[in-house]
Amino acid sequence: MRPSDLLHSRPEGLYCPTGDFYIDPVRPVDRALITHGHSDHARPGHAKVLATRQTLDIMAIRCGPDFAGTTQAMPLGEKIRLGDVTVSFHPAGHVLGSAQISVERNGMRIVASGDYKRARDPTCTAFEVVPCDVFISEATFALPVFHHPDASQEIGKLLKSTRQFPERAHLVGAYALGKAQRVMRLLRDQGYDKPIYIHGALTRLSEYYQSQGVDLGDLRPATVEDGDKADFADAIIVAPSATFADRWARRFPDPLAAFASGWMRIRQRAKQGGVELPLVVSDHSDWDELTATITETGAGEVWVTHGREEALVRWCELNGIAARPLHLVGYEDEGD
Amino acid sequence: MNRFAELLDRLVLTPSRNGKLKLITDHFRAVEDPDRGLALAAITGELDIASVKPAMLRQLVSERMDPILFGYSYDYVGDLAETVSLVWPEAPESRPNHDITLAEVVQKLQSASRSDGPAVLARLLDQAETSARFAIIKLVTGGLRIGVSARLAKQALADLGSVDVAEIEELWHGLTPPYTSLFAWLEGKATKPEKAARALFRPVMLSNPVGDGDLEKLAPTDYAAEWKWDGIRVQAVSEGGIRRLYSRTGDDVSGAFPDVVAAMEFDAALDGELLVGSPREATGTFSDLQQRLNRKTVSAKMQDRYPAFVRCYDLLQLDGEDLRELPFTTRRARVEAFIATLDPDRFDLSPLVAFDSWDQLEAMRREPPHPIIEGVMLKRLDSPYLAGRPKGPWFKWKRDPHIVDTVLMYAQRGHGKRSSFYSDYTFGVWSGAEGAEELVPVGKAYFGFTDEELKQIDKFVRDNTVERFGPVRSVRADRANGLVLEVAFEGLNRSTRHKSGVAMRFPRISRLRWDKPPAEADRIETLQALLD
Repeated sequence: MRPSDLLHSRPEGLYCPTGDFYIDPVRPVDRALITHGHSDHARPGHAKVLATRQTLDIMAIRCGPDFAGTTQAMPLGEKIRLGDVTVSFHPAGHVLGSAQISVERNGMRIVASGDYKRARDPTCTAFEVVPCDVFISEATFALPVFHHPDASQEIGKLLKSTRQFPERAHLVGAYALGKAQRVMRLLRDQGYDKPIYIHGALTRLSEYYQSQGVDLGDLRPATVEDGDKADFADAIIVAPSATFADRWARRFPDPLAAFASGWMRIRQRAKQGGVELPLVVSDHSDWDELTATITETGAGEVWVTHGREEALVRWCELNGIAARPLHLVGYEDEGD
Repeated sequence: MNRFAELLDRLVLTPSRNGKLKLITDHFRAVEDPDRGLALAAITGELDIASVKPAMLRQLVSERMDPILFGYSYDYVGDLAETVSLVWPEAPESRPNHDITLAEVVQKLQSASRSDGPAVLARLLDQAETSARFAIIKLVTGGLRIGVSARLAKQALADLGSVDVAEIEELWHGLTPPYTSLFAWLEGKATKPEKAARALFRPVMLSNPVGDGDLEKLAPTDYAAEWKWDGIRVQAVSEGGIRRLYSRTGDDVSGAFPDVVAAMEFDAALDGELLVGSPREATGTFSDLQQRLNRKTVSAKMQDRYPAFVRCYDLLQLDGEDLRELPFTTRRARVEAFIATLDPDRFDLSPLVAFDSWDQLEAMRREPPHPIIEGVMLKRLDSPYLAGRPKGPWFKWKRDPHIVDTVLMYAQRGHGKRSSFYSDYTFGVWSGAEGAEELVPVGKAYFGFTDEELKQIDKFVRDNTVERFGPVRSVRADRANGLVLEVAFEGLNRSTRHKSGVAMRFPRISRLRWDKPPAEADRIETLQALLD
């Protein structure tokens, strides 16, 4: 059996014919296995969905309670038979509930890792190396230029700036699921105990994180109904970065735009986006994490998807590992 | 080194002047000598480090990584210094147990010989962290490009010590990196450094614009008038064999004007306007002058084609005597007598303009005899030469700006306070044959309107967006639909860089013409006529 007999790409997504399921399909299918709750991986409209409990909860929050026909929660590490194949979910360290999916048949194991990171993250379970024959890796930051520094050092920059510019509101752009909560938790870890103001798009997800035991402290809506603009001086406001260009941002005094993203490593990206304070905080693996993970899995073959596939394929070639890009459509290159 | 690197990273992304000042003064407060003084030298371009060519950087990196992976990286990042700083292999075993200081970096770079320069640079990059590597590469490739002028750095020093920036400017050229005595004085730990060096800059006297009703309160007999020349303000100082030509902010621009410096055979400090052309025959335009500006060195051909000279209007010092306390009339008599002794190809006198009444002067201001005159200056006859911009003794009364009706074409999001507003506008005028008119962009402006008008334009932009390119939107602009902006500007230069062939000087929005149909905006020919 060739690996591609076990899993291969179809227009709907990565497909397992013997188990008759898709992993993170981009179109509605009969049976979908979902790695994590980001909208390009977790779409509504499938008949049956298998995912971790937390991913299912997050999908219900984002897409409504009827996001799928039936759902089945998969505990991490537990095995399940689907047709002729054995499937198990393992922590990916990306966001709350995120998992890698292991697909095994006749002694051959393929791990679809979804999005993953190796850096410490107090808001989700740490990545676990699953030895495999074929490792499917994301490539969002797959260039040797990407090194994510220690996230707490970046949060330290934010806190320093609030001390330097107390008259300004610090607006921190962050992905609504995962990054926003991680930034807030990191702020708390550094002793920041003032209320954190959040955009409405973050409310339900942040409440869910709190209910799962991730303590984010005092979160308040960033609305001005009861107060005036000056109340937000010296405040930290967390919001999806797209809102900065919106009229929404005008309620804050002289806002200072920060953005928590792995892309902030590139100065020009920060400059183009009008970001004054780039915070290099990423929920994806950087170059060293990607290459170290490939080595640790012991995989003899690597399939590379969404991102800068060519560089990671090149690295595998240089290190004697068979590799090819896996052309999947519909995933956002810009995730993070 | 990490602190310096962080400062550079913050400065390049901080748009507001006050924000930059705060970052720099905080750095001076937090960092000790000599690192802070070296940071100051790096920002003001006073740090003398042998430069490294981009090809050498590529060579160093190609010895350390796969060229194909480097190629992918460089293609993605687009900037060589940044790419190299990011892909440079981490070498934790070569890191010293402390953050290497800027002083160590500068010392190693300055003492490296030509042949071991690359190896020294590579060792430093091994020892540094990512942002620090970028800062080191910027230091050796020349040009930090962080949007901070020497003037702004001096203002930060003034803020640090709560002194007037003129005091810093006056001392500046007598000081050298790492400026330990300067910081000690600013922090109140030592007395003001002596003005040790010769041919120092003297802070210049500046004027205020004539405002509404100002002249009614002033007697024409108390003032002298001169033409206001559209060149650059300079101070020519020669003292004890040292010759310096300074810009009005105290930057030494001698290197770009060797022709003028060669003729400074005197012991004096002259204040005047730098112009090009021949003082006795034809004064060149501002476009001509621009050929000579912002150059570190200048070719003989350039000097021949655009000879520079100084049109003098004040004398601050002569043969060791400080004249600044004397009244204008006395200084004027001294400068007139003095200019007569100088090389007439390089120094001439800015003539006084005789007038009896403000109305008469107004008429002359409106119809100046030469295109490089941009108005008149009024100088109080009994006033000494005072540093800064005192209110009352000197006025500038500029020619009215040119006005043109344009159509808004593109709008870009602003920064800081304006980051949620489309506040930077590119505007165009019509060109092409009748029936086939097209808008051609002629300039960009981001001020001149009120906050209320900004909101209105922002709404117009959002409601009329045709296309988006990142932070820029193109807006609906055709013969029947669009927003007419009345734009005021000071002058027009030929430009090969702009499609329209013209570049405006100091353009700003003067009025929003919601009432005017775009078809009635001006045509490019109106602007072209101003060029000749």
